[in-house]
Amino acid sequence: MHIAVVDYGMGNLRSVAKAVEHVAPDRQVVVTDDPDRVASAERVVFPGQGAMPDCMRELDARGLRPAVIEAARTKPFLGICIGLQMLFERSEEGDTPGLGLLRGRVRRFPAERMVGADGSKLKVPHMGWNEVRQTRSHPLWAGIPQNARFYFVHSYFVEPADPGLIAGETHYPAPFTSAVAGSRLFAVQFHPEKSHHAGLKLLSNFVAWDGRTPAAAQSPQAALTGTP
Amino acid sequence: MGLATRIIPCLDVNAGRVVKGVNFLGLRDAGDPVEIAKRYDEQGADELTFLDITASSDGRDTIVSVVESVAEQVFIPLTVGGGVRSVADIRRLLNAGADKVSINTAAVQNPALVEESARRFGSQCIVVAIDARRVPGSDPLRWEVFTHGGRKSTGLDAVEWGKRMQAAGAGEILLTSMDRDGTKQGFDVELTRAFSEALDIPVIASGGVGGLQHLVDGVKLGRADAVLAASIFHYGEFTVGEAKAYMSAKGIETRLTDG
Repeated sequence: MHIAVVDYGMGNLRSVAKAVEHVAPDRQVVVTDDPDRVASAERVVFPGQGAMPDCMRELDARGLRPAVIEAARTKPFLGICIGLQMLFERSEEGDTPGLGLLRGRVRRFPAERMVGADGSKLKVPHMGWNEVRQTRSHPLWAGIPQNARFYFVHSYFVEPADPGLIAGETHYPAPFTSAVAGSRLFAVQFHPEKSHHAGLKLLSNFVAWDGRTPAAAQSPQAALTGTP
Repeated sequence: MGLATRIIPCLDVNAGRVVKGVNFLGLRDAGDPVEIAKRYDEQGADELTFLDITASSDGRDTIVSVVESVAEQVFIPLTVGGGVRSVADIRRLLNAGADKVSINTAAVQNPALVEESARRFGSQCIVVAIDARRVPGSDPLRWEVFTHGGRKSTGLDAVEWGKRMQAAGAGEILLTSMDRDGTKQGFDVELTRAFSEALDIPVIASGGVGGLQHLVDGVKLGRADAVLAASIFHYGEFTVGEAKAYMSAKGIETRLTDG
């Protein structure tokens, strides 16, 4: 059994694969665009870089959509950056429909509100190290201090329709959702593979994760849409 | 608390070794890039930038293996620049483990390269490096873009060029003052501020850092989103941790190593 890193031709997956290999030296890490290799994996990492319309197009061009949806529902699944955004219903970026696994939308940081506490202009993309407040306990947060900093680079953020999905929150300048937890999936806006100790810890937690999200904190509303 | 100001040590790499020019008179060996990268990583560097200054084209493959080795061991963002001329160059560096690639002279010669690479790889990995020099006697102050390591004048207004690169899809600007580079007199904070106010994307200030107060000035007076420095870190004058502690004491939010 291998860990699949889904490759749909967008951006650089080398960093993700290297970081997973680093925390799981005894496991086989496969960067793949083959739906069968995704389907046969024990767990799946779904990264993403670039623009969401291109990501969705390339994902479909490789016939990966069904395998990704199936993996997100059935095995430990980690979405990263655009890989988080693509799980939702729709993005403002190019008005693009996402995979619709999670209810909610993806919005751009509103230009008129990008002002810091001291009146200075806040840049978009949101780029650099920011704090993540863990809004619920989760096996993927194990051993990571509350408000640890992770590396971000993005211009859009997710707005889950169900607040019960939210697992982490970050301020820029308003709070936005920086991590979500579904029944078998966990997805983050930041880049754990570039986030030093805290990021490697999250990846090693993911590699050890049995895919169960503690039920106590699950929202009464179904986290996943379309599941039986 | 919010986004931390980034401190980025810069490593000039010549034929696989980190070097530092001394007042343009020669290159001093500053050590093995992997060892130095690991040291900065341990000290709390937020990112690392490698600038390949290798003159010969056969020496260029060495930067790729340097990046590969560093990326195996250092899990913070890595930017690589110097001699990047084509989409193929960018792809090669990204595949080696770089997270961002910085384009300088080639952006001026062929602005479509920035557009095409941002479209293909995403703006997040395209940094446009701009070497700017003050236009003597200009009022209001103006700066001109120079290429080829600051030797060749272009006639381009630097701030206008920055805006154009932002529109072309650059994710970030690495802004070096050629007036200050190597002088240890501090950043050209007027230049940095002019860019930071004109652009919506992050601006990394570079060129001239000789002490820790210069880093603070770059952020407070120059409004830089990140500060880049080389020599103050290379010879052990200051650690990245000391720089962060100093900036933090001056009220700048940093990612402290103990946090």
